[in-house]
Amino acid sequence: MTDQGFKLLAAGLAIGLGAIGPGIGVGLLAGRALEAIGRNPDAEGKIRTNMILAIAFAEAIAIYALVVALILKFT
Amino acid sequence: MDLHISLAAEKVFDLFGLPISNSMLAGWIVTAFLIAIAIIVRSQLSLIPNKLQIIAESVVGGLYSLFEAVVGEKVKRFFPLLATFFLFIIFSNWIGLLPGVGTIGFHKIEDHHEVFVPLLRAATADLNTTLALAIISVVTIQYFGIRSLGIGGYLSKFLNFSNPMYFFVGILETISEISKIISFAFRLFGNIFAGEVLLAVMAFLIPLFVPIPFLALEIFVGFIQALVFSMLSAVFLSVATQKAEH
Repeated sequence: MTDQGFKLLAAGLAIGLGAIGPGIGVGLLAGRALEAIGRNPDAEGKIRTNMILAIAFAEAIAIYALVVALILKFT
Repeated sequence: MDLHISLAAEKVFDLFGLPISNSMLAGWIVTAFLIAIAIIVRSQLSLIPNKLQIIAESVVGGLYSLFEAVVGEKVKRFFPLLATFFLFIIFSNWIGLLPGVGTIGFHKIEDHHEVFVPLLRAATADLNTTLALAIISVVTIQYFGIRSLGIGGYLSKFLNFSNPMYFFVGILETISEISKIISFAFRLFGNIFAGEVLLAVMAFLIPLFVPIPFLALEIFVGFIQALVFSMLSAVFLSVATQKAEH
């Protein structure tokens, strides 16, 4: 396979595999947050704010994988 | 129509020998806009507010209570920095969504083929901008930490010789501060640049109607990333300035 072919394959694998972990992580986060809101509807504002913050942390890992894929594709 | 995506921001012209990129131009436009709004609202402050003053008051008041919930009573010291982060980042993100940004430009010959250079590009879609914001954030966190706890008090978080385990924890803390810079920079850059790529590809594939939900997504993402950047800075500031409890 040519160099170019390897690069494209690597880009696809980078984001494909890199999104598995954060996907599971965000799902767990949101699930627990919804459960917490169900148990204590008064704390909805606080729970939502902290959930968004934690989701941003988990999402950042997926973004690192995306940046690697973009670098592979465009340089 | 060609699809043109460039990871690095392209240079548009030279100013006194320094290259000026299209993302810098957009950053200057956002800065000028924010300063103009601030000066206009300030000059028209009155007890009976006009529409612009109502909007400005609700934005500033909302941000103040948001950060007060995170930082507590030290919000007075940190609010200018955190609110500036939020406003600059949210408008820099959104300027990339305006029609014409990224599409209006000129052609240039580079390496024997013609490239398209857009005149404007979202300021935060350039790693330079996000890296600068990240460095400002982390350095300011260190500064406020040293100011609250004293140099010895604050550096004891990183250099602790009382116990070999605490020494190792200190090293981990140092590495974690450096990784904050990288994670701040790449989170913001990755989100906004990927959004631009997504919009470009969607508009290239199906220009009618289909880009609309993606534009809505990008508006939302721009807001969330500004919120996350400033909230994370607020959380780290509050952690760095609180007295260590043993």
